Amino acid sequence: MSIFKKIMTAIRGGASEAGEAIIDANATRIFEQEIRDAENHLTKAKRDLTGVMAEQMSAKREVDRLTREVTEHEGYATQALEKGDETLALAVAEKISTLESSLADQQQAHDSFSGNAERLKELVKKSERQVAEHKRQLSMVKTTESVQKATSAITDNFSSSNSKLLSAKDSLERIKAKQQKFDDKMKAGELLESENSDSSLQAQLKAAGIGAQDNSANSVLERLKAKQK
Amino acid sequence: MNIHTIADHLNSLADNSDTGMSFDCQPISGEVDVLQISISDREELPIFVSVTEDQIICISYLWGTEEVKSECVHAMHETMLEMNIPMPLSSFSKIGDKYVVFGALSVNSSFSDVEHELAVLSNNAIEVIDDMSDYLL
Repeated sequence: MSIFKKIMTAIRGGASEAGEAIIDANATRIFEQEIRDAENHLTKAKRDLTGVMAEQMSAKREVDRLTREVTEHEGYATQALEKGDETLALAVAEKISTLESSLADQQQAHDSFSGNAERLKELVKKSERQVAEHKRQLSMVKTTESVQKATSAITDNFSSSNSKLLSAKDSLERIKAKQQKFDDKMKAGELLESENSDSSLQAQLKAAGIGAQDNSANSVLERLKAKQK
Repeated sequence: MNIHTIADHLNSLADNSDTGMSFDCQPISGEVDVLQISISDREELPIFVSVTEDQIICISYLWGTEEVKSECVHAMHETMLEMNIPMPLSSFSKIGDKYVVFGALSVNSSFSDVEHELAVLSNNAIEVIDDMSDYLL
């Protein structure tokens, strides 16, 4: 069964039992041990790979050296033939044949090391993916457990502090009311400010003799006179 | 990163947070350490933070199954699934008989990431309750 399924089943089955382990602690420990073992294998595989790659490089150097020597001796043989020294040419040819046989051996060794290195690289990659996947699964189990434990801590805290749990709607209403109060305060502040600036402008206009002036006794009298006509 | 360093950071912000919110942190002891974070003027909807090996999990409780109008359960679930991606940074979940909205961060996140997460989560929680109130009793 996949970890996902296991968690789903455990949550469905025992959701009410907050704090109860999703997967028994023993299974988790075994799983953790498996991950550690896989990591150890991985370290060993990497060490082996380094060894094989060193062998591969040394074989390559040997192949290169032998190839160079073969070419060199082929030159000697040609020169001996040019000088008409058949015996010497034959001796060189024998040397070349020995060199070529060593070269073939080294080439074979090199190919085999290369093949091993490739296989080990694949193995390391595959193991790394597997370890990462196991760690992800373990993290899922541990997170589920942690959230359950956290939930039971929160629930215990609520019941011990006797704080009444509000319904979502009541909570929202209270928060909105607080927000409204805050907004009202801000608005009132703004209004007050604008009124202040309004009245100061009025005062300035009046001082400059612009706009409505105070009703003086004279202007009242003028108005009354106008009505009589 | 653990709940105590988070609490120290949030408390040290006082009124100078980047998000304009002021946080009050209170650790709850239990088998797993949990930090209860109250945001000023939103005390009714606290956020609970716990830190595991690789994640910081922030949870806000929305409502209980008993608060959902029985004929609306299916429609509410559909809406929640549909809203899961558009909702910034947070996702819906259910713990026991409580619906929650939560966000998870890497333990390597910065304090400012955590602060941002909490602010967004709080806004999401309030908006979700408002928008889904038709489904609720």
